[in-house]
Amino acid sequence: MLPFFTTKFGNAASRNHSFGWEAEQAVETAREQIAKLIGATAKEIIFTSGATESNNLAIKGIAEMYRERGNHIITQVTEHKAVLDTCKRLEKYGYRVTYLPVKADGLIDLEDLKRAMDDKTILVTIMAANNEIGVLQPIREIGKLCHEKGVIFHTDAVQAVGKVPVNVIADNIDVLSLSAHKIYGPKGVGALYVRRRNPRVQIAAQIDGGGHERGMRSGTLNVPGIVGLGKACEIAYEEMDNEAAYLRGLRDRLKAKLESELDYVHVNGSMEHHLPGNLNMSFVYVEGESLLMGINDVAVSSGSACTSATLEPSYVLKALGLGDDVAHSSIRFGLGRFNTQAEVDYVAAKVIDIVKHLRELSPLYEMVKEGIDLTKIQWAAH
Amino acid sequence: MAYSDKVIDHYNNPRNVGQLDKASTEVGTGLVGAPECGDVMRLQIRVNPETQVIEEAKFKTFGCGSAIASSSLATEWIKGKTVSDALEIKNTDIVKELSLPPVKIHCSVLAEDAIRAAIGDWKKKNGVSEPAAVAAAQSAH
Repeated sequence: MLPFFTTKFGNAASRNHSFGWEAEQAVETAREQIAKLIGATAKEIIFTSGATESNNLAIKGIAEMYRERGNHIITQVTEHKAVLDTCKRLEKYGYRVTYLPVKADGLIDLEDLKRAMDDKTILVTIMAANNEIGVLQPIREIGKLCHEKGVIFHTDAVQAVGKVPVNVIADNIDVLSLSAHKIYGPKGVGALYVRRRNPRVQIAAQIDGGGHERGMRSGTLNVPGIVGLGKACEIAYEEMDNEAAYLRGLRDRLKAKLESELDYVHVNGSMEHHLPGNLNMSFVYVEGESLLMGINDVAVSSGSACTSATLEPSYVLKALGLGDDVAHSSIRFGLGRFNTQAEVDYVAAKVIDIVKHLRELSPLYEMVKEGIDLTKIQWAAH
Repeated sequence: MAYSDKVIDHYNNPRNVGQLDKASTEVGTGLVGAPECGDVMRLQIRVNPETQVIEEAKFKTFGCGSAIASSSLATEWIKGKTVSDALEIKNTDIVKELSLPPVKIHCSVLAEDAIRAAIGDWKKKNGVSEPAAVAAAQSAH
């Protein structure tokens, strides 16, 4: 990737000199590396600035292109804001959007999806893996249902690609968003897979200009970023199986330690359908932000980075049916390729320590221990 | 979010954590906030009936670091004060002392509420009326 910032500075769209060819060749290699990871062909990969743009392009581009056919879009409540807010904008333009609920384990009910589909449905957009709770939606079955009904299936697979097997053919995916920085690549670059056959999906460009990327996304390509994304996909393709087993081991170790030392903890989201490196836990009667403050040398979060500017508890956790109080007590742990067992042990010990400290301070924990039912108390809300 | 050194100090070494006997007539208890809002403070005082001086103050708080620090600081400040002097403490004093950012001002408000609630509970137990209430009661006679 680095030489493309300095000595290999050609523009991939400059077809009439060797610098351009060199850059173009590098971009095409990346396209193949990405395609290989998700079972696509290189021609089906469109480069973007990241998954937020990919999601916007997919949803708005499909909505615009298929407007004659219908105006109904189906998504679900725990999607990333890049999907939810895009859908909300389309509602302003006259589209109808169904936001499917999720069950307590974070998964959608396929029966709900079936019932929501009608003859005006043009698009279903459901994420492959959730960014906060790590649950894996049944995308293969969702895709199958969509294909039976002639509806396009888009999936925001940012969290899943490179972590768990995703294959656009086997999983019946028509359009897929991915991002480099979630798989150890550079920030600010992503891609959109757009199926070319069975069915051929068309997307109306949302950025007009030089007609790059088969006319779907104009703008000079970020060659170094794309090379980095390609390489990240190549490594993920080779490492994914081993890495998943390794991360699952670390994650389960962390979970077991926390559960054995602390009472009133529970895991959020189905553990059966789950990303290997994600763990979202509630430490009831301890407030999440105060817990984070005690483990500030560990990079964890109490909500997604995109919503942590607000004091609102996570909308994803609330969608699972968690009360605001429990949602306020939740932490997301993300384990990755470079984490070690020693680090997991360190984090577990530290979290246990801090939770115990904070529970000594917690009037709620004390009251529950004394047998008081907190739901019976008349709280003075502020 | 960057916390001030004072907030971090109160978080790591909270002052006056604990519980006083709620049933004692010398003790006033204030329980403010709500779990679903992410903050609950319980502040208790033990008042000397002769001098009306708050001789002991204890707290427990469920909330962020700023909420813990605000209530910890509140117990430090009210200890040794008379009940009427303790009522002079304003949330803005807490904001200033702990350098709370705007998004955390509600923590200081809650701490002030907790002081008032604890004193109010003690007054109720001991039949001490608010001056306005006393005046109103007298004029009714």
